[in-house]
Amino acid sequence: MTVKAMTSKEVTQKVFNKDSFFILDVRNETDFKDWKIEGENFEYLNIPYFELLDGVEEIMDKLPTDRDILVVCAKEGSSIMVAEMLSDAGLNVSYLAGGMKAWSEHLEPVKVGNLTDGGEIYQFVRIGKGCLSYMVVSNGEAAIIDSTRMTDVYLDFADRVGAKITHVFDTHLHADHISGGRVIAEKTNATYWLPPKDATEVTFEYQPLEGGNDVAIGHTKINIHALYSPGHTIGSTSFVVDEKYLLSGDILFIDSIGRPDLAGLAQDWVGDLRESLYKRYRELSEDLVVLPAHFMIIEELNEDGSVSERLGTLFAKNHGLNIADEKEFRKMVTENLPPQPNAYQEIRETNMGKINPDTEKQREMEIGPNRCAVR
Amino acid sequence: MEANKVLDAKGLACPMPIVKTKKAMNELESGQVLEIHATDKGAKNDLTAWAKSGGHELVKHEEEDNVLKFWIKKG
Repeated sequence: MTVKAMTSKEVTQKVFNKDSFFILDVRNETDFKDWKIEGENFEYLNIPYFELLDGVEEIMDKLPTDRDILVVCAKEGSSIMVAEMLSDAGLNVSYLAGGMKAWSEHLEPVKVGNLTDGGEIYQFVRIGKGCLSYMVVSNGEAAIIDSTRMTDVYLDFADRVGAKITHVFDTHLHADHISGGRVIAEKTNATYWLPPKDATEVTFEYQPLEGGNDVAIGHTKINIHALYSPGHTIGSTSFVVDEKYLLSGDILFIDSIGRPDLAGLAQDWVGDLRESLYKRYRELSEDLVVLPAHFMIIEELNEDGSVSERLGTLFAKNHGLNIADEKEFRKMVTENLPPQPNAYQEIRETNMGKINPDTEKQREMEIGPNRCAVR
Repeated sequence: MEANKVLDAKGLACPMPIVKTKKAMNELESGQVLEIHATDKGAKNDLTAWAKSGGHELVKHEEEDNVLKFWIKKG
């Protein structure tokens, strides 16, 4: 019997709409505990496929009959097998096309707002991994910030809105995902900007991005103003776009703040992180809309699936911005940290251009959640 | 390590390496060892978990030229 494939895009809409949904995840228990499809009204059952080889009778009473069921595995093969068995047993089920591999790579573009004179800013939500990247479009030109390695998505999107990519930025040297910045810049002849303090070991040409740099996009001059804000990395740089949006990179998130330890220098950088969050950001307008490079939990998504919040609201509500005692702050961001992102050292080396793993290896390196934040 | 049987699961995608391992295992006696060769990266975690849940022992595991090799002793 044939079963339906459901795409990552369709599942993303269910996450955004807060639909009620049942996921039968047939990966092994360790992989499931480490990372899964998150949705506010999703229910889960995790039974490894290799325990279902002799039949699905044992789990039939644990599956709902009044809701859609999605069977999920790492790459789709096992989920098709299990979905077919369930379908033969009379249930209406689909499987996730491409499995968690496809889920990890799916990017959903969401328009965040309009800019001066017809410009627009889009957020690309990497729903499976919690990475957020951005495209600023103005009068036929586009800039991309913190792009993922799925570079075709940005190139196609720019084509569709009729814009030529002229500038590509990374707010910092990423440790959780492989940047597509260099590839996009090469394909489009755009300028690739990197903070020089994060780029001391890179093996390719780049334009040094420093606090105070202003870059114009389109002839109406959408202004991208760089603001040096170290702490997650020594070079971490934020951007103020069109005097309205604060792209905070991995320094400030909606419900958490950046962790200072991914380059092995937590004790050295914790002071910088404090300075960036408690002094430099305090000098900015509270009306700026914060657009971070990650979300950590699905509750951080707005109604439309975007991730953003007014800076003033974060000063009031984000726990990481409200720790008066410096010692306590130091303790929070250096002790009891969550596990580090999968293969983070290799990812950093890839982003420096020191190693060039093939696509399959890159996928494998990026498995799992981003884990760039502390709460 | 001496194996009683060798299973070539190279080039096979999930779930086939485990489906074949399970079949091959059925033909062995308790205490005998099955050697498995696979290229699917997921096989490592899955075979480990499968062996554990089935009461078998993963005696040894190594990687050679992108081929994952496992030795599992039947429980």
